Amino acid sequence: MLLSMNWISDFVDLSGLDKLKLINQFSLSTAEVENEIFFKGSDIEGIVVAEIKSVEDHPESKKLHLLKVDAGDGQLTDVVCGAPNVRVGMKTAFAKVGAKIGEITIAPRPLAGYSSHGMCCSERELGISDNHEGIMEITEDVPCGTSIKDLYPIDDIVFEVDNKSLTNRPDLWGHYGIAREFAALANRPLKPLDTVDLSAYDNLPKIDMKIEDPLCQRYSCLQVENITKTVSPVNMRIRLFYCGMRGINLLADLTNYLMLEMGQPMHAFDSRKVEKLRIKRFDRSFTFKTLDGIDRNIDENTLMICNSDTPVAIAGIMGGLDSEIVEDTTTLTLESATFDAVSIRKSTVRLAHRTDASMRYEKCLDPEMTVPAIARFVKLLTDIDSGVKVVSSLTDEYAFRYDKIKIDFDKNFVDRYAGIDIPNDTILNTLKALGFGVTLDGNKFSVDVPSWRATKDVTMKADIIEEITRIYGYDNFDIHTAVAPLYPIRAAQEKTDEDRIKDILVKRFSLHEAHSYIWAYFDEYRTLGIEIEDNIKLVNATNPNIETIRNSIIPTQLCQVKYNTGFSTDFGLFEIGRTVNGMKDGNLCDEHKKLAITLFSKTKSVEELYLELRDMLAVVADDIKHQALSFAPCDACHSYEHPKNLNAILCDGKELGKIGIVHPTISKKIDKKASIVFAEIDARDFSEIKNASIHYQEPSKYPEMEIDVSFVSEKFAPIGDAIRAANCDLIKSVAVVDTYTDENGKSITVRMIFSHPERTLTKEEVMEIVDSIIANLESQGILMKK
Amino acid sequence: MSEKTTIMKQEFLSKLNSIENMTDLDALRVEYLGKNGLITGLLKQMKDLSVEEKKTFGQEVNILKTEATDAITAKIEEMKAKEIEAEINSMPDIDISTPANLARGSYHPITLVQRECEQIFKSMGFHIEDYSEIVTDYECFEALNIPKHHPARDMQDTYYLENGQLLKSHTSAAQNAIYKKYKDALINDGVPIKAIFPGRCFRNEATDANHENTFFQMEGVMVDKDISISNLIFFMKTMLSEVFKKDIKVRLRPGFFPFVEPGFELDISCLICGGKGCPSCKHSGWLELCPCGMIHPEVLKAGGIDPEEYTGFAFGLGLTRLVMMRYGVKDIRDLNSGSLKVLTQFTDDK
Repeated sequence: MLLSMNWISDFVDLSGLDKLKLINQFSLSTAEVENEIFFKGSDIEGIVVAEIKSVEDHPESKKLHLLKVDAGDGQLTDVVCGAPNVRVGMKTAFAKVGAKIGEITIAPRPLAGYSSHGMCCSERELGISDNHEGIMEITEDVPCGTSIKDLYPIDDIVFEVDNKSLTNRPDLWGHYGIAREFAALANRPLKPLDTVDLSAYDNLPKIDMKIEDPLCQRYSCLQVENITKTVSPVNMRIRLFYCGMRGINLLADLTNYLMLEMGQPMHAFDSRKVEKLRIKRFDRSFTFKTLDGIDRNIDENTLMICNSDTPVAIAGIMGGLDSEIVEDTTTLTLESATFDAVSIRKSTVRLAHRTDASMRYEKCLDPEMTVPAIARFVKLLTDIDSGVKVVSSLTDEYAFRYDKIKIDFDKNFVDRYAGIDIPNDTILNTLKALGFGVTLDGNKFSVDVPSWRATKDVTMKADIIEEITRIYGYDNFDIHTAVAPLYPIRAAQEKTDEDRIKDILVKRFSLHEAHSYIWAYFDEYRTLGIEIEDNIKLVNATNPNIETIRNSIIPTQLCQVKYNTGFSTDFGLFEIGRTVNGMKDGNLCDEHKKLAITLFSKTKSVEELYLELRDMLAVVADDIKHQALSFAPCDACHSYEHPKNLNAILCDGKELGKIGIVHPTISKKIDKKASIVFAEIDARDFSEIKNASIHYQEPSKYPEMEIDVSFVSEKFAPIGDAIRAANCDLIKSVAVVDTYTDENGKSITVRMIFSHPERTLTKEEVMEIVDSIIANLESQGILMKK
Repeated sequence: MSEKTTIMKQEFLSKLNSIENMTDLDALRVEYLGKNGLITGLLKQMKDLSVEEKKTFGQEVNILKTEATDAITAKIEEMKAKEIEAEINSMPDIDISTPANLARGSYHPITLVQRECEQIFKSMGFHIEDYSEIVTDYECFEALNIPKHHPARDMQDTYYLENGQLLKSHTSAAQNAIYKKYKDALINDGVPIKAIFPGRCFRNEATDANHENTFFQMEGVMVDKDISISNLIFFMKTMLSEVFKKDIKVRLRPGFFPFVEPGFELDISCLICGGKGCPSCKHSGWLELCPCGMIHPEVLKAGGIDPEEYTGFAFGLGLTRLVMMRYGVKDIRDLNSGSLKVLTQFTDDK
């Protein structure tokens, strides 16, 4: 919202004060002021009132005229002017030689063969409206040579307040409310609004008006007639223009002016069209043409202003075309009302049509304002057009009243909340300046919240604290640390584990941590041939590509792998992120935190890569939990899983997730030749696994014995099982040292290391153990290689 | 010295001189000093000599033996030294100026900045909390004093799910759970609630270089008896000075957020110009950084904490924004792109 310092100064005398400093203070104490401040009129200089004394057509140009103007300096000045509206006797704004308009300094110059000694200005050139159809016409009776700035308030400081910072302040949607803040900040009195006494019309007939719907809180109206003027005074138009509105005609301008001044939207109807004013909703939908000529769909939730059963305006949003003031309108009905804020906001959203009026109504306007707004309107109107007659008494139905709010608190409360000592006088003066009724008894305050703050904004003690402290100024606070007792803070296991997983994967295995979105990417999946599995969906995704929530990170990670294939021949991505695995009790999403890893390689075989990934997971489990992993084959159930070598990952008896190879169909779409493997585990389940800790064993002082045995076997698992079955404390470690294939098939060489804590082992006792293992395997048909 | 020993010595020394490897040297040692070696052989010729002559000759042979042994030892040392010298000379010059191989993993930049912030808060005694990404309407709005018809709940701002849950639109959605988790310790044992919760948030909006529908925030709360606005300003100044590693000036402006009262927009002195005014702060000297405020009494109540007895402050830091500021990331979408051209640059930053 744009605000004029001149307008604010109508209501509070700020003379002698640094306006920019005040604006900055306003920004720090009330609402955010945008960086750019507009110094209106600062770019024009030396413009005076001048009368056109003669007009001759330029002999060779259809557009140009040769003028002689009287700029009040005792001589006539020759000017070449292209404006179509020049005529003898017209007064206009004249830039003399030496005057400045923006970057231009006016100098005598030849124009189409004639010398021109100045320029007649349009309103746009003066920066006071966007009218550039002709030069400005000045109707005021002032002598030629009068400075334009003495005639009109062209010099002004205009600043913009961020509307978002006013959402909770319905009272700040007009200059009067803003002026109240400036008055409090500058410690100067706020002047009352100049209004007429409406009780003078109490003997006139009432308007036939009735609120028939609780969504209308208050409806006040008055009829006036005999308006003869159509054009607003220049002063008013300048203010409107500076505040971002175009001048239209006197009535429209006045309603806008009132809105910008008091924050109260008003509307003027042709009285013939609103003989029986009814405020209600309809139980059906229909279309309604608003005064901008657009047909809008009205439904049963939209509050309408009606003439009996004929809608004439959308309440709080926009008037209708049919009830607009037209040329032969003689009597008009002024509306000043308040409506339910939520209903207005919803209608605005439904109609996708936000107006200056609805923007204000959404903020919960003060219903106490409707009548003063009419009184102010009549005052302004009669000042401009003295023949205007009020022809009805004030007709006012006040259907909904907000509760009066009284708040009691004591100084201790303020001190405790603020953390500094604010004197009682300061509290008292601040609240009074903001319009609160305050009484002080000892240290106890009792506050009546003014109606314009009582619609939703100020309801309790904490709100009063804000009023006191913001005007006190946060920059003036003495700041100090909180004092709190000392307690240990234990880190959450899950968080610690997560950090360590990341460290291991990054530092030891050179993987790259990535983030991907929580939803399945429809288009990208389709390109790769990954099926989007049914899962809970967003109901309002604007983009159909992101509708379904993912149940695994692997597919989103595969999309990222595809994106990166050109980056390097070998890389690995990981993410600790969220997935939803369907629903759980209470119709809630079953959200999981998962660790997903995908490895991509054009240089390694799929087996190498797969085992590398296995080792990463094993290191993670061993390093963080001192636990070993085991694997159990499982069946593929997702489109990206290769049916072979898909294994469940188990740790401490718990299934954590899966490790597998990417299905060749998808793998080939990512890269024709690369190996791609993946693993995904539940990070929370992993975290819950107990830490088996380190079991220290005194190193044996006696030599170890190494025994290598080769078996003809496809798989290590039975060999490992047989070694475990021997259940022998003397076996310190087992490793596969070689695998090879010859005419007998695949062979595995296993190295077992034996040691005894207290003595040197004999070959005989070690071989006995080895033989038992060999015998066990032979019984399963796995033979030792001789 | 007798002629025999003199000749033998000369022969020995001349042979030793010409030897160039260990094998030959060893053969020479055996030839002269071995069990059946030439020097030992000399002693065998003594039987024909007189006692006096035997004594003299024996001494001569022993001297010769010692000299020969010493000469061989010296020769060994000399040859070893030559070998080392040869090895030194054969060492090639290594070109250390070639580019270093920096292949290693990388953290997501959010992780780096988040860890750094967590470290700061840990040092000030804050718990680090984790929270889900999908939350209920109650958690995200109602418990935060955001009424049913508040614009923040509009469909165009928040992603709603089919079951009525939603993707959390701010980390404040975790506040209620945090209060409930720690309120007993606060009420019964007087342990103040101090917690931060970094997390991913979602807004239903069109994306461009400055807007993302998925981003990270970090919420922080502190609740105790007598927590004041003065404490809040002090804390924010101290904490942000740690975050930005320099003395930061802060200023508070009123800001409206339903879950705080009073609520503030916090500005910091511009990091580039320090407050003098420069293009990056649009010549204002200030940067709008984060919202904060005193926790709204209704929000405390919803968390089971009596607002008459306890007060607290809350703040929200934009982690994604901090990342962009710290590393000069121009396009916010790069952070979720998974592009290794982006990610591999963030190795570690402790």
